[in-house]
Amino acid sequence: MNLNILQFLAVALLLVGMGLSAFRLFLGPTTPDRVAAADTLSVITTAGLVGLAAWFDNPVYLDVALVYGTLAFVGTVAVARAIEADQE
Amino acid sequence: MNIIADIFLVAGGAAIAIGGLGMLRMPDVYNRLQAGTKTVTMGAMSLLLGIGLYHPGWWAKLVVIAGFILFTNPVGSSSIARAARISGIKPWRAEKQQEPD
Repeated sequence: MNLNILQFLAVALLLVGMGLSAFRLFLGPTTPDRVAAADTLSVITTAGLVGLAAWFDNPVYLDVALVYGTLAFVGTVAVARAIEADQE
Repeated sequence: MNIIADIFLVAGGAAIAIGGLGMLRMPDVYNRLQAGTKTVTMGAMSLLLGIGLYHPGWWAKLVVIAGFILFTNPVGSSSIARAARISGIKPWRAEKQQEPD
């Protein structure tokens, strides 16, 4: 389906948010900064996958979004626990 | 009906963009976690609501994804903040602010 002007604006704003948090992911001075940026980026990507499901009119992408969100959450918690265990 | 869904989509995109801006501009890990987590969660909820107005037949999976984001995003953020606190990062203070005693 073709995007109208408001939908195009929503896609552009979502890409802006992804770009800014990816910038923090490359730039972040400490490791928790990078992990926080990766967490934000994964939630934005989950929402973007749901948006792709609506754009391509194909509900398979909803399952992809759910599995991606689960794996990203597990990864975030694992890296946070690893930083925690590294200090003691 | 479709114009309401479009308005929800744009509101969600704007909240996500503001969350990314706060992620870039805030001075500290804890402030960045606040900006990144709360704003992006609200933006994702608004985006899912807009898509649910477009495709009412998908409501079950959309509700599952929304509940999943609502449950896991604060848990991940709290875990990152705890790791940052344990690894010894001091909370940021403004330069001119005096210590309270």
